[in-house]
Amino acid sequence: MFLAFFLALRAAGIKTSLREFLTLQEAMVQGLSGFDAEHFYYLARVILVKDERHLDRFDVVFAEHFKGILNPAPEAPGEVAMRELPAEWLEKLAEKHLTEEEKALIEATGGFEALMERLRQRLEEQKQRHQGGSKWIGTAGTSPFGAQGANPEGVRIGQEKGRNRTGVKVWDKRNFKNLAGDAELGTRNMKIALRRLRRFAREGAAQELDLNGTIRSTARNAGYLDLQMVPERHNAVKILLLLDIGGSMDEHVQLCEQLFTATKTEFKHLKHLYFHNCPYDSLYTDARMRRTDAIETNDVLHKYDHTWKLIFVGDASMSPYELTQAGGAATSWNAESGQVWLQRLTTAYPKSVWLNPTAETYWKHTQTISVIRKIMEERMYGLTLAGLDTAMRKLMH
Amino acid sequence: MRFEGTENFVATEDLKVAVNAAVALQRPLLIKGEPGTGKTVLAQEIASALGRNLISWHIKSTTKAQQGLYEYDAVSRLRDSQLGDARVHDIGNYIVKGKLWEAFEADTAPVLLIDEIDKADIEFPNDLLLELDRMEFYVYETRQTIKAKQRPVIVITSNNEKELPDAFLRRCFFHYIKFPDRETMERIVDVHYPGISQLLLREALTSFFELRDVQGLKKRPSTSEFLDWLKLLLVEDIGPELLREKNVAKLIPPLHGALLKNEQDVHLFERVAFMARRGT
Repeated sequence: MFLAFFLALRAAGIKTSLREFLTLQEAMVQGLSGFDAEHFYYLARVILVKDERHLDRFDVVFAEHFKGILNPAPEAPGEVAMRELPAEWLEKLAEKHLTEEEKALIEATGGFEALMERLRQRLEEQKQRHQGGSKWIGTAGTSPFGAQGANPEGVRIGQEKGRNRTGVKVWDKRNFKNLAGDAELGTRNMKIALRRLRRFAREGAAQELDLNGTIRSTARNAGYLDLQMVPERHNAVKILLLLDIGGSMDEHVQLCEQLFTATKTEFKHLKHLYFHNCPYDSLYTDARMRRTDAIETNDVLHKYDHTWKLIFVGDASMSPYELTQAGGAATSWNAESGQVWLQRLTTAYPKSVWLNPTAETYWKHTQTISVIRKIMEERMYGLTLAGLDTAMRKLMH
Repeated sequence: MRFEGTENFVATEDLKVAVNAAVALQRPLLIKGEPGTGKTVLAQEIASALGRNLISWHIKSTTKAQQGLYEYDAVSRLRDSQLGDARVHDIGNYIVKGKLWEAFEADTAPVLLIDEIDKADIEFPNDLLLELDRMEFYVYETRQTIKAKQRPVIVITSNNEKELPDAFLRRCFFHYIKFPDRETMERIVDVHYPGISQLLLREALTSFFELRDVQGLKKRPSTSEFLDWLKLLLVEDIGPELLREKNVAKLIPPLHGALLKNEQDVHLFERVAFMARRGT
């Protein structure tokens, strides 16, 4: 039962397993779906989808799979063409959505009547396409109303007004369209990889019972209890994160955001600073990199000692001059070359790695990547889970 | 028994189906949604609708899965042994029951709320897999197995601060509470403030949804904030005509403090409102 639907969901990338599918069967046997398509839709959704980012995909697959069954039987094509839309209703629709200027614009493009005619055609077309299974939203992109500022919703009202007395199906509304792509999501795997970077130390207020200490001091106390407390263990690893921002890094923004979110919650001692392409004499505390946010690299070197671990995140791709020449920086005048500064940073922080979001296969095609790899003594890793894992191991060595 | 919403809680159709399926098939129900859409309240309402007890377990960043099962209070046993208390011979006296144990033990299956599970450590959900699946666990100290008399109705809420592991998700039903549309919102208001002036409600709702539509707000106002704001409007006796006022001097709705929670948002809204009204 519904095996094809299940397979279609999996093909669409919804990670639903046999277990959930069997649960759905169980629910059907118990009669939980009722005898109502909408109930079945809700039931299938609650059981099969586990992530709000997949809700929209589920809606699409559901609509596609059950289009012939749950929508009313298509009318004969002739009948559709014969029906007339109420003209006053169309006018009302236009009044609702158009301003005076737009109405003037309509006059210029052939007048109100012509536009109404086009809208009428569009509505016919949409109806037919809908019965063919596509979405109302989406096909309305070329609607004559689009340019004049009214939205596809306006056209959709046409259907709700009951040309075929069905109303829009819940799954056709695609309510969950904009739930995708939150930076906070998708960081779990990264956090797990970052967990390798843990070095516990006891600092701060004594809150935990020290069992060994208690036994020792109780014994010394002639058997009378003497409780000993110690501070809780914390992750004492200190991370200095330098992020490349702007330019060629723009295409990797999402990945870097994920990494950044993951590190932010994982480490207590985390300092992050920004640079563009290559670090020079100043770094920036804010991604907007304005002069007021600047902080001298020398100050950073003095403030954070060698116990901090340094992580660069950047694509290391730039014009060679930006790396090797004094004054070659893209944004400001630099008295010393980027190479010198990189050398200085890696010497100051013996534990350092470079994470590169560019795919590893392209590395050898960019000259500056090879140069930086040499400066980093080959400690450059791809910004993938595997790369992150190796990099973290390297940092803990 | 079916869950149909209660007199102080408006449940949408999909939410009803989700709750009823979870109750009937005895699976935990994972609830996500924007803050302030009534995730936590839902558990209370299920309990009162089904006539069950509610046991809430609020998760913090320091909560361990074991604390939900039981804790062995070794320190007080040690102290009792020092004082020569007779209770000390039975280790059972020092096992402190956790919320899950409480829920398993109850005669009529209660509703167990595990609130904000994403606050806990990243391994927390994994540590509860077996317990939630089989509804039983083993107490090492007393060598007994605690099995649920009746499988409790488990409601888990999450604010998406951490992603939950797949193995855990597979054992749950999942429902995402969508932000209520205008119609649902009217029903919700009706439940909380019956007999409110329709005119005021309409104007307030328009202002509210306009506010939510502003792009780039740090924290968009939610249902609970809207209800607070409405209450303030009622208390201050502010009429609908004041909300409708398109006067440039009064760009943002009165008593906006209940809706916008930081000053950047207030500035942003002022700017957007100013642009919008200059245009008309």
